Amino acid sequence: MRSIQKEGDYDKMLTFSWLIPLLPLLSFIILILFQKRLAKSAYLIGSGLTFISFVMSVFVLTEFLQTDQTSFKTNIPWYSIGDFNLNVGYEINALNALMLVIVSLVSLLIQVYSKSYMGEDVRIHTYYAYLGLFTFSMLGLVISPNLLQLYIFWELVGLGSFLLIGYYYRKESAKQAAKKAFLMTRIGDIGFLLGMILLFWQTGSFELADIFAKISSPGISSEILTASAILIFIGAVGKSAQFPLHTWLPDAMEGPTPVSALIHAATMVAAGVYLMAALYPLITLSETTLTLITIIGITTAFLAATMAMAQTDIKRVLAYSTVSQLGFMMLALGTFSYVAAIFHLLTHAFFKALLFLAAGSVIHGTGTQNINEMGNLKTLMPKTRIVFLIGTMAISGVPLLSGFFSKDEILMSVYGNGNHILFWVAIFTSFLTAMYMFRLYFKVFGGKFQGTSEQNVFESPNTMLIPMYVLAFLAIVIGYVNTHWFGTFLGDWLLAGQTFHEVSTKGLDWVLYFGAGASLLGILFAYLLYSKNLGGDHPFETNFPPIYSTFHHGYYIDSLYHWTFIKGTDLLGKPLQLIDRYIIEGIIEVIQWITTRGSKYLAKLHNGQTQFYAFFVVIGLVILLTLSLWTGGYF
Amino acid sequence: MGKKDVIGLTVPLSGYLTVALILFCIGLYGALTKKNTILILICVELMLNAVNLNFVAFSKYGINPNIDGQIFTLFTMAVAAAEVAVGIAILIAFYKNRKTIQIQQMNSLKEK
Repeated sequence: MRSIQKEGDYDKMLTFSWLIPLLPLLSFIILILFQKRLAKSAYLIGSGLTFISFVMSVFVLTEFLQTDQTSFKTNIPWYSIGDFNLNVGYEINALNALMLVIVSLVSLLIQVYSKSYMGEDVRIHTYYAYLGLFTFSMLGLVISPNLLQLYIFWELVGLGSFLLIGYYYRKESAKQAAKKAFLMTRIGDIGFLLGMILLFWQTGSFELADIFAKISSPGISSEILTASAILIFIGAVGKSAQFPLHTWLPDAMEGPTPVSALIHAATMVAAGVYLMAALYPLITLSETTLTLITIIGITTAFLAATMAMAQTDIKRVLAYSTVSQLGFMMLALGTFSYVAAIFHLLTHAFFKALLFLAAGSVIHGTGTQNINEMGNLKTLMPKTRIVFLIGTMAISGVPLLSGFFSKDEILMSVYGNGNHILFWVAIFTSFLTAMYMFRLYFKVFGGKFQGTSEQNVFESPNTMLIPMYVLAFLAIVIGYVNTHWFGTFLGDWLLAGQTFHEVSTKGLDWVLYFGAGASLLGILFAYLLYSKNLGGDHPFETNFPPIYSTFHHGYYIDSLYHWTFIKGTDLLGKPLQLIDRYIIEGIIEVIQWITTRGSKYLAKLHNGQTQFYAFFVVIGLVILLTLSLWTGGYF
Repeated sequence: MGKKDVIGLTVPLSGYLTVALILFCIGLYGALTKKNTILILICVELMLNAVNLNFVAFSKYGINPNIDGQIFTLFTMAVAAAEVAVGIAILIAFYKNRKTIQIQQMNSLKEK
């Protein structure tokens, strides 16, 4: 399967890169076709095929690194109407190659982890099938060279997410959460579709390359460019759970934890950021869009960080933290820091997946998701503790770990772009991030065990630990692909051949120290409050109950949506339902009544008397004769 | 006395047709109203013979007089005879079953 790489055939693997998404699709098809019969080997089929995809992605990446081209594209004509041609194909450029590796690696690790986590679940074949479908969609999304194909995979990713969130479909809350996720992302998708149509209308093509070529020439009005950029951004807002379409992500934690790790940390929610990055030449042409992205990004980052401070479910803290970090990525994109956003996406994928898997390990070992029922897991689950600590340090921006480099890259870019006020808000949000994450760490792993029975707590098996070790290792080292001290390899590679403006972060090393300081300060506060328990058992909750309550309920945004949109639709629906039931069905009932009554009376014509029937024959004859008399014989 | 031209003593075509029509209508009326099946068969025979009259009349006085009308009359007579034979046979079988030949008793196709 793996070819030996020779000097001259450097693009051999690139021409097969279209197979990368198809292998997980194959696992989906096989598992759906054979269902329970393959339950025992579902794990092998799923992870085996994903492993091959991963290996191919790595080869694609290495080959791509060796070429000088900035893009490798193949298009096959699919459908043409007159002048308009629709193509299907794949493209490998720097961003795509990187995403391929990230998605396939995280998916592979999740599938290995799920073997023990999901245990003897009776629907394990369905689980791996859905994972395969999702991986296929995400991989296909990142190599799409045109918007229509991207949209198709975008929707498929949404479907995969729906299926996986609603995996425990017998649980009412899971069903509702899946429905909510799908509907909210669908709202964003409308924006995406409209923006796509607008672009097509103006440029005549869905191909990204064509669009970029046409928009740089002065033919298209800047209003339309702004409108289409904003509409596509709305799609990203939905998919990446930015404010105001963020409320689905915390509820999506109803799905199994490995699913949360894959979809709602590392990949699907990153699709929004990916879309913005892939369309960056378009986005940067519009001041308004960039401002909007920046504002929404920082708002989301800040609000989500505050909400995370008051959650007691371990997964919800991580969910809000994901929303917050995605806000950071959007902030970076809005301030001309393409590299910082992608870099943060890369590091976030690894440490967030790690954190979710570690949380899954904790849930698996303790049987609860409530952090107030945990505690002292550092002695009860030491290995999980190490990896969770690494993840927490990474996300908090502890110096020398990956999160430090990527988050501070964002901070430097925000300052370098001139948004000084936002910079301070971002610094404060970093402080909050460190604080709530270490609050989580100390409450779960430190202190005394608050649960019911200590003997039932157990460490996780190796199939769960090894993926976490891999991710922990990556969370530590991956940062070094782009640092100011050791070389900005990633940045240079991503920017090669791009024409948009990138903010310069020269001379801003002091930001690194400042950011580190904010993070360490947050850790200190968390240590004092939750490890040393200086403020009592629940310092926030007991001292500032209304603020805590607001944060805990997500600023009551969910309630707002419930009372406006949902109740509104209900109100609109009730009279329509009455019309449907009484008027429209009423008409149908009348017709039915006529038919039944009519048939009852007409049936009396069949009395079995031959002469009666013959009489009608004669009447018919008379009518025909009369007619032929009147019309002279022809009719 | 010599031969006198008897004008108006040949029966015109319409005469034959009218007789046939009257016979046909009587037969039709009978077929539709009589209760006794044998009488209905007789009336059907009457209708067939009216038709035969028509054929023969047209054979002599029609637009294209030829022998075809009379030939066809032979056919219809043969068919009428056969049909009556079959009809009587059915009637006898029915009588053996139901002990009646009233046409109103032959109503098993009635809508229940």
